[in-house]
This record gives sequence, C-alpha cells and structure tokens, in this order.
Amino acid sequence: MWEGFPLFPESASTIAGTVDRLYFFLIGVAIFFSLLIGSLVFIFAIKYRRRTENETPRPIVGSLKLELVWTIIPFILAMIMYAQGVSVYFETSRPPSGAMEIYVVGKQWMWKLQHPNGRREINELHVPVGMPIKLTMTSEDVIHSFYVPAFRIKMDVLPGRYTTTWFQATKTGRFHLFCAEYCGTKHSGMIGWVIVMEPSDFEEWLRTTPPPAAPRGLAGERPPLPVRPGESLAAVGERLFQQLGCNSCHLPEPGGQGPPLTGIFGRRITLEGGETVVADETYLRESIINPMAKIVSGYPPIMPPFQGKLTEEELVELIEYIKSLGRGERTTSQP
Amino acid sequence: MSSPVKLPGQHYLNAAYGIKSWLLTTDHKRIAWLYLASITLFFFVGGFFAVLIRLELMTPQGDLVEAETYNKLFTMHGLFMIFFFLIPSIPAVLGNFLVPMMIGAPDLAFPRLNLASWYIYIAGATLALVAAVTGGVDTGWTFYTPYSSIYSNTNVVLAALGIFITGFSSILTGINFIVTIHKMRAPGLTWFRLPLFIWAHYATSIIMVLGTPVLAVTIVLVAIERIFRIGFFDPALGGDPVLFQHLFWFYSHPAVYIMILPGMGVISELVTCFSRKRIFGYSFVAFSSLAIAVVGFLVWGHHMFVSSQSVYASMIFSILSFVVAVPSAIKVFNWTATLYKGSISLQTPMLYALGFIGLFTIGGMTGLALAALGLDVHVHDTYFVVAHFHYIMVGGMVMAYLGGLHFWWPKMTGRMYPEWWGRLSALIIFVGFNLAFFPQFLLGYLGMPRRYHAYPEEFQVLNVMSSAGASILGIGYLIPMIYFIWSMRYGAQAGPNPWQAKGLEWQTPSPPPTENFPITPVVTEDAYAYSQEEAAVV
Ligand code: HEM
Ligand SMILES: [Cu+2]
Repeated sequence: MWEGFPLFPESASTIAGTVDRLYFFLIGVAIFFSLLIGSLVFIFAIKYRRRTENETPRPIVGSLKLELVWTIIPFILAMIMYAQGVSVYFETSRPPSGAMEIYVVGKQWMWKLQHPNGRREINELHVPVGMPIKLTMTSEDVIHSFYVPAFRIKMDVLPGRYTTTWFQATKTGRFHLFCAEYCGTKHSGMIGWVIVMEPSDFEEWLRTTPPPAAPRGLAGERPPLPVRPGESLAAVGERLFQQLGCNSCHLPEPGGQGPPLTGIFGRRITLEGGETVVADETYLRESIINPMAKIVSGYPPIMPPFQGKLTEEELVELIEYIKSLGRGERTTSQP
Repeated sequence: MSSPVKLPGQHYLNAAYGIKSWLLTTDHKRIAWLYLASITLFFFVGGFFAVLIRLELMTPQGDLVEAETYNKLFTMHGLFMIFFFLIPSIPAVLGNFLVPMMIGAPDLAFPRLNLASWYIYIAGATLALVAAVTGGVDTGWTFYTPYSSIYSNTNVVLAALGIFITGFSSILTGINFIVTIHKMRAPGLTWFRLPLFIWAHYATSIIMVLGTPVLAVTIVLVAIERIFRIGFFDPALGGDPVLFQHLFWFYSHPAVYIMILPGMGVISELVTCFSRKRIFGYSFVAFSSLAIAVVGFLVWGHHMFVSSQSVYASMIFSILSFVVAVPSAIKVFNWTATLYKGSISLQTPMLYALGFIGLFTIGGMTGLALAALGLDVHVHDTYFVVAHFHYIMVGGMVMAYLGGLHFWWPKMTGRMYPEWWGRLSALIIFVGFNLAFFPQFLLGYLGMPRRYHAYPEEFQVLNVMSSAGASILGIGYLIPMIYFIWSMRYGAQAGPNPWQAKGLEWQTPSPPPTENFPITPVVTEDAYAYSQEEAAVV
C-alpha cells in the first residue's frame, strides 16, 4: 500500500513550476498565520488561565491602531496574492501562437481526441515533448472538465461551445488525465493518459502505430462518412462539406446564395441589424447547427439548420476545413 | 425523579404537557426544541451517508457500492448536511431560543409564522427524504445543468422541490429575526449594546431574505426544463449550460455565510464569557459581519474560474474574494486579542471555541488558495476544495454549534452536562477532524478529483488516513448526543447563571418561564460589561 505514496504531484509542464511557486507562497503565509494564531491562543490560554473563582480582569476594550494594523497587513498580503494569481492565470489562458492544435470531445464517459492530421484517439493523448499544444474542446452531452494534474491545467468542457486550454510538456512519460467536473454515473471512470514522447518517437508513432478503429458517432439518419487512413481533419471536412451540399451556396467567391467562407475564420462579421461578432470556432459551430441565431448582413436567411444532424467530431472537421481556407485578421484581443 | 433538584416550579418546559402542546406551540423556545430534534436527525442521516462514503474510499477499486449508488450517497450527504442541517442549525435552534431572550423580548415578532417555518422546513425535508429512499438523486448538491435538467434519471424534481420548500422556511425565519431585532429590543438596549450574536443573526437574516429567492427561482427553472423540455440550460434546447452556475452560486456562496456568520456570533459570546472580558474591538467585529454579508454577494464567480467565464470577470470575482477574506481575518484577530490578559476558563464551550479559531483559520487561509486565479485552476474540483469547505463548515460551523449548545444547554434545560465527558469529546472531535480532513488537502494538490467513486492506487494511503479520522470524528459526535440525553434527567441543577455570564438571557431562571422575563428588563450597560462589576465593587 505504501509503495508509490507521493505527497506532491509530478511537475511536467512549463507552468507547473509557476503554479507550485504560488502555492508555496500561499501555504507559507497560511502556515505562518495558523501558527501565529494557534500559538497565541495556546499561550494566552495557559498564561491567563483563571486562578480564582471571582477574578475579573481589567477591561481592554480595543485599539484603533491594532485594528488598522491587522486590517491593512492582511489586505496588502491579499493583494499580492491576487496579483500573482492573475499573472499565472493569464499565462494558462493564452495559448502561444503556433501551438499544435488538438480537438477534444468529451462524452459520457470517455475522452475523444483528434489530431490535425486526422489521427483519432480515445482516452489517450500522444503529444511531443517541448511543443506547445492547444486544446479546443467541446462536449456531446453534459459538462466535463479536462484535468491533467502533472501539467496543473484544468478547463471545463461544455456542450454547445468551445473552450480552450494549452500546455507545453517538459518531460516524457505518462500522466493522468481526469474528468474533474461531475458528469454522471461513470464520472470516476472518465480517465485516461497523456503520453508525452520525444518528437522523433512521436513522428514514429504517428506513422507506424495503426490508428484504433475510432467509433464515429452517428447523428440523424445520414450514414457516417468513412474516413480514409491518413486523411487530415480538414480533408475529411472538405468531403463532408461537399456531401452535405454546403458548396452549393458557399462558393469560394462572392456571388453564391451564402457568404463565401474563404478567410472567414477570425474575421469580424457584421450581422443583420449592425452587430458584429468574431468568427471563432463557437460562432462557426452555431452558424452551422442553428443558422438563424446570427444572420450575416446582406444574405437571405435560407440556410437549413443542421442541429442534430452532425456529430461533434463532424463539426470539428467542418470547422477545420473552414479554417484551412485561410484566416482573417483578428480584430480583437480576445484572450 | 431521583436527584434532588430544585428547578423553578413553572417554566416553559412544564407549562403544558402532551404532544399537542409541542406541535402547536408558538413559544420560540419550544420551537427551538422542535428544530433541535429534527436537525439532529438530519445530521445523523447525513452522517450515515458520510460513513458509507468514507468506507467506499478505503480501497481504490470502488468495490463496496456501485458507482451509481456512490453518486447518490455523496449527493444526499451534501443535500442533507447543507440544506437540512447547516443552514438551519445555529439560526433555527440557538437563534430561535436566544434572539428574543438576548434582547429582552417575550417572543419573536411573529410567533405563529415561526411555527409555520418549522412545518415548512419539515415538509421540505420530508420530500427530500422521500426522494432519497425512493431512488435517490445523483446530481451532487450543486445540481449542475444540463446533467440535472436533462441527463440524470433520478429523483431530481422531488429533491429540488424539497429544497425549494425548505427555502421558504429560511426566508420566513430571516424576516422574523429582522423585525424582532428592529422592534422588540428592551428599553435601553441600543444597537451598539447588542450582543454580537445578535449582530451576526441580523447579517445572516439579510442574506436569507435576499438570497434564498434566487435559489428558489433557479430550482424552478431546472424543474421546468426537466419536465417540459423548455431550454434554459441545455444548449440542445437553446439554453446556456453555464447560466445555472451563475444563478446557483449567486445564492450558494452567500449561503456559506449563512452557515458561518451565526457560528462567528456564537464564538464571540463564548470567548468573552470564558475570558471574562469585553470583546476586543466590539464595533469592528459587529461591522465585519455586515461587511461579510454584503461583499459575500459579489464573489459567486470564484466557483467558476474554469467554466469558460471571461478572464476579466474572473479577475473581478477573484479580487472581491480576497477582499471578503479581510473581515474574517479581523474577527480572528479580535477573538485572539480578547484572550489577552483575560481570566480564561477552559470549560467545554471554550474548548470548542478555541478549536473553532484554529480550524477556521486553516479553512480561511486555504480559501485564499482557491481565490487565487492561477492556483485555483489546479485545485478546483479536487479534494483540496473538499478539505477547505469541511474546515470551514465542519471544523468551523459544527464546532461553533456544539460549543453554543454546551454553553446554553443549562439555560435550555436547567441542567448541566457532565463536564469531564464534554471536554473529552471536544478533544476527540478536534483530533478526529484533523486526521479526517487534513490529508485531503494533500490529496487535492496531488490531483485527486472530487466525487470519484474509484481512484488510482497512489491516492490510497491518504484516503485510508482520512477514513480512520472520520471514524474517530464519528465517535466524538456520538458522545455528546448520549450525555445530553442523560443530563436532561440526571444532570446537576444549573441555576440561572452557571457561567457568571453577562447578557439578558442569564438574568432569568433556567429554564425560563414561558414569557422569558417576569418583568421586562431595562438595559443600562454595554454588552459584556464584565469589569464594570469590578468597578462597582471597588
Ligand atoms: C466563511 C466561510 C466559508 C464557507 C462556509 C465556505 C464554503 C465553501 C464551500 C461549500 C465550497 C465548495 C463549493 C463546491 O461544492 O464546489 C467552497 C469553495 C470555495 N471557497 Fe469557500 N467557504 C468559506 C470561506 C471562504 C473564503 C474566506 C474564501 C476566499 C477568500 C473562499 C473561497 C472559496 C473558493 C474560491 C471556492 C471555490 C473553489 C473551487 O470550486 O475551486 N471561501 N467554499
Ligand atoms: Cu466527465
């Protein structure tokens, strides 16, 4: 029972050390104050214990000076902790540009992971060491949470929207991947591994290990699109785009019934009524499954909704395809 | 009766006999007993679930109960402990008994409404019990959507209805306290002569009245989505999955202050009485209660740092969470300073109070780790959080409740509990508690998520320690239960003021007569004027 009994988690990502330093600082302050209060209480209780039944001590009603001291010092300490917490948080919530992008779909009770080159995995994620990895995540059903303790990252995975997080592993090995948001019966079984490899081993793994027959979920009546070995997400997306007939309205150039999608990703779009939105993953997803929610100005609201007709994986493939058509200028500094 | 006791001839306990005289009473002191009996029951119901949870977690495989059963266990543990024990505990039992007595009033402002509150509470709790025995609920006490509104196939609606109904009991109690404190203070009892227990209950009542309706509305929305499939939270129906969390925590974070503020009020009373000193910095302690109540409404988003809430919203919730920690720190320092040069008697209630100060400090300091954005990302929804809130709610609130119960027990029954056993159980509880919950901080930082029915092997040692501590803690809770019942019949006679305490409730016989005070008292001195007596003697 005692073997492999750790008291502290492994640190295996670039931010793990930063989080740990903040933790030690906070724990240090906590231990200091707990000991201070604890020993004062202890010493006073002994030193001033009641000696005779009727003794009444002299009153000490208060001291403005002391009250100020123990209001201001904790306040300053709290603000220091706050500032440090914010700086770590910014680091964890802003993926560096040029990160390798991986899609995560949570489902009761498994993790489905898709590499950009089309490689799919279940409950296992292989990544190269030393490379920033950005995860774009969504859920098929309830809220889950993607948690890798060794990397000190966690992010909720929500149905109906994409969330992101990122990490850069600093050493090779196998690290627990947990679901941290309670998601039903087998919540505690929704665990897996992140397997960090040397880049060359990773290349080798990509090339040689046969991909598992990843189940492609079914949505609606449509038969699933068979995926060819070695086909990238964007390529599958392109075939899907044609199969669903999207290309009858969305032509590469202006002139179709729908807006052209080339270069749309990341661009600011003007809607009917003058509002604008940035065409990020969540916007694209919504525009596919529920086009009436946000109508692009200048186009008739004629697109059919695909709600319930596409799986989350297929949506990811379509979005990857649209992204592969080029990025617009990001006009906001969305974190 | 064998022991030679000389209790006052007529008091509220023997003023009338028979079950009807209890069930139809409008005497706040008897209603306090109704609550005491019922919340004790629910404490042991919740405790029973806790025992099963800790047994299950002794082994990593999850082999004692099925995953589904385990999920129902922790859900019902949370539901009963929070909604049917912690929230009513101090306000409904000690508050009910003491608020009128401490301000020199014959009863609460609305005695019949007070009785109605108890019936509403019982109705809600009964529904929740029915939900528990007819299949249970597995959503967690937080009811996060869309799991609770669409996916769970357990008794969500019935349990939610139970909580919805119980909420009205809180609201009515809050209104009753506010009106009573405003309108029924004895002559001479100005706001700044009030005991701090009253200030704490005043602040708590504000939260109850303003916060609880939001919970009620939220629960109704979940039920509507479940029954009629109208989309509020499920994106497949056009809803927002995170909206629920905002609504839920808008009530439930302030609710943790409903749980802790009355406890702080009790501790202020105990610390002054057993050091025979006026509390250090009375008005700072009083105003810090109000500050906690107000700022406590603005920090709910600190439960949602990894929920996809915007980074800027998180920054604001984080800073406000740090700000709300300051008034709590002020109280801890003031209690400690009150001990300085006091005349300290380490009787059972005081042992609980000192234990509270230590455990609450640890609980509060670890709260800072959760309020710190980047660090919360790692420990959120792990056992670190479980340890944190048990330090506050069990280490803090339950200690305060037990301390208060020992302190006012002579007033409630006219009899003393056995002091030696009292101290022994306080000690057992303190040791058992720390062994049960301290390892969970380590588990959490190691990365063990909460609400796990099975877990990887490397977490086992700490879990076994925690289970061992929990059994010690359980024994610690059973002992007072036994000697309290024993003392009702055999305990030594207490007399009106066994602790030589200040405060109006000690100026009337124990147990008090139905109308509390034979003649309405007139207050001429500040609260806790322990040393004015000395001045008078000299
Ligand atoms: C005063 C009494 C307090 C009580 C009764 C209390 C109770 C709780 C409870 C029940 C939870 C768990 C919520 C869940 O199920 O996820 C919790 C979490 C939390 N508490 Fe407290 N708490 C108290 C004080 C504090 C203080 C002083 C702070 C910070 C300064 C704090 C910060 C937090 C944070 C940030 C969380 C969310 C943690 C997370 O989910 O990651 N709490 N608290
Ligand atoms: Cu999950």
